[in-house]
Amino acid sequence: MGITFRKETFRDDFTFRNSPEHIRRFPFPFHEDAYMYAVNIEPHVVGPKGSVLENLIDVDEHYVAEMQDRALVLAEDPLRCQSLPHMTLAGWDLLELLMEQQALGYPEHFTLTRDGDRWRWINRPLGIDDTFTFGDTSTLPCGPMEYITRQSQGDFCILDQRDGNLWMDAGMVTTQADWSLDFDIGMNFFEWHAPVPLAHEKGIFTRALKFLTNIQQGKPARRLNWTMTINPRLDTSPENYHKWGPDRTTVTPENVGDKVHLRVELQSFWRLPRSNGIVFPIRCYLIKMDELVTQPKWARRLHRVIRDLPEELATYKGLTRYRPTLVEWLSKLDDGSPTSPGFGPD
Amino acid sequence: MSTGTTKLDVVVSDVVPVNELVTRFHFRRRDGELLPTFSGGAHVVVEMRDGDRTRLNPYSLMGSPLDTREYTISVRRDDVGRGGSLFMHRSVKPGLEMVISYPVNLFSLDLRAKKHLMLAGGIGITPFMAQTAQLAGEGGNFELHYTCRTASLATYADVLRERYDRRIRLYHDDRDERIDLDRLLSTQPLGTHLYVCGPAGMIHWVRDRAAALGWPSEAVHFEHFAAPQPGLPFDVTLAVSGKTIRVGEQQSLLEAIEAAGVDPPYLCRGGVCGQCETNVISYDGKFIHNDHWLSEEDHRSGCKIMPCVSRFEGRSLVLER
Repeated sequence: MGITFRKETFRDDFTFRNSPEHIRRFPFPFHEDAYMYAVNIEPHVVGPKGSVLENLIDVDEHYVAEMQDRALVLAEDPLRCQSLPHMTLAGWDLLELLMEQQALGYPEHFTLTRDGDRWRWINRPLGIDDTFTFGDTSTLPCGPMEYITRQSQGDFCILDQRDGNLWMDAGMVTTQADWSLDFDIGMNFFEWHAPVPLAHEKGIFTRALKFLTNIQQGKPARRLNWTMTINPRLDTSPENYHKWGPDRTTVTPENVGDKVHLRVELQSFWRLPRSNGIVFPIRCYLIKMDELVTQPKWARRLHRVIRDLPEELATYKGLTRYRPTLVEWLSKLDDGSPTSPGFGPD
Repeated sequence: MSTGTTKLDVVVSDVVPVNELVTRFHFRRRDGELLPTFSGGAHVVVEMRDGDRTRLNPYSLMGSPLDTREYTISVRRDDVGRGGSLFMHRSVKPGLEMVISYPVNLFSLDLRAKKHLMLAGGIGITPFMAQTAQLAGEGGNFELHYTCRTASLATYADVLRERYDRRIRLYHDDRDERIDLDRLLSTQPLGTHLYVCGPAGMIHWVRDRAAALGWPSEAVHFEHFAAPQPGLPFDVTLAVSGKTIRVGEQQSLLEAIEAAGVDPPYLCRGGVCGQCETNVISYDGKFIHNDHWLSEEDHRSGCKIMPCVSRFEGRSLVLER
């Protein structure tokens, strides 16, 4: 049985919702009642059935709507998708990875047939059936990275590896938490992480870079990151700050449950075989407070995490303005009883 | 094993003598599937089960990255080495089932280069076989200068000349032909990247001249083929696992640690990637450092060792393993 794709929006009337099954599979990012940075990287291996890790590239009920939203963003701002000239080969690597993984995980929705370098790709949810020559960009309607990332949920950064560093030399970034590909393009790992507070002092980026430059083919890794977003808006980019920034002033005790969303990024890291680059998919999951608190453990834990978050982190994540309102609202759902270990709902 | 790479079960599909010193080995997957795609410059680690010994040696993949039905490596026989190449030459026959690692690339092309200038010495030609195939497939601009002892030992020179014609320049030691390196390095177009693979002396020479002539270090890429050297046996205490082991004359320290059932991470087994870096807790004696990873300061400090290629002589050595 295939996925039933929802008709919904991530802008204007914000009709985005999670079905009850999708609430339970939400990748809740807190394994204990407090949060601090750590190098929380682990092997990206297949997880339990019914979780977002059931397949290494996850496709869910929001797929079609997210792809429509991406098309809208790109129509307004084509610079959300950029690839420096030496990154075309890495784009083909990514096309192969995403076609293979989506066809493997969701054969009822995607089919890839290869005859040498003659490939046929069928994407049923989006009504695509294309035949092309692998490696020959003239046989696709656009570059290989743009082609496949218009058909894959999540943002994608392709990093070139050279001089012992990683360089942000290509990407498709339309569902980002307030950072800009157009600003970061061509930067190295330390340059694009410069704005992050506290982590530099802990030596986290030096260790993370050492780990990432040693990622091996066939052995992807992953980590979770999180922030919060007002309204289920995928495109919270600096370019569109004027559209979403003011939303943060609209949170009231009455609308917290509907407006405030936990935004979790499932970030994974894969060595690309031909280009020796690294692709860094950043898959965004949104859940509104009303949906999240249907799991009592998550409600109690989120209350404690947000209440005790260090001020620098709250500022960096942009929570300052509505944090008191949110904590007050969550506190009513926290009876002080202990939470069980681990991420999952009880 | 707790290593950085996944393993591949392969069968030797062909063994082809190339000249008096070099033999080529072809591998296919035992399950008949395609092998993983790789990039020019990548190597695999070949596990050699020789009686009760297991050696793990890295070899560059030399086939075209566009053809993953089989992997090919070329092994130069080393009569005074630790026996890995002799094992390959004497005992590896078509049909033998072996285990190799996934490809790892520590000698990657810089795809920004306007031109790729390659310098190979001897068996150092192998990574360039794959890199030239990759670049030729994409219409890349490259030029390869290849020094060898004699025409009969110019491994794959004929193949390269036939494929790429004037883009290949040969230099034979026995004819006193030498690369005019300073001239070559001073006449390259802007945006050229330099790649060198060959004996340690050649790599030092090329890097020194490139630096002296103002080449930015980011544009100079090199791969050392540092095979572990044999040496006197020595004893080591592994403090974390509580074991005392003896490193044999023909064994590397890393292999001896693995033989004791301890699995440190590794990738290159040639002293360049840094994965197997190990802290020294105490020692009484002298280190024989053969790696290219630790700094000179690290070497002098006696606090670290790369067990894949380095050895020890003396009374006692205690490692944090």
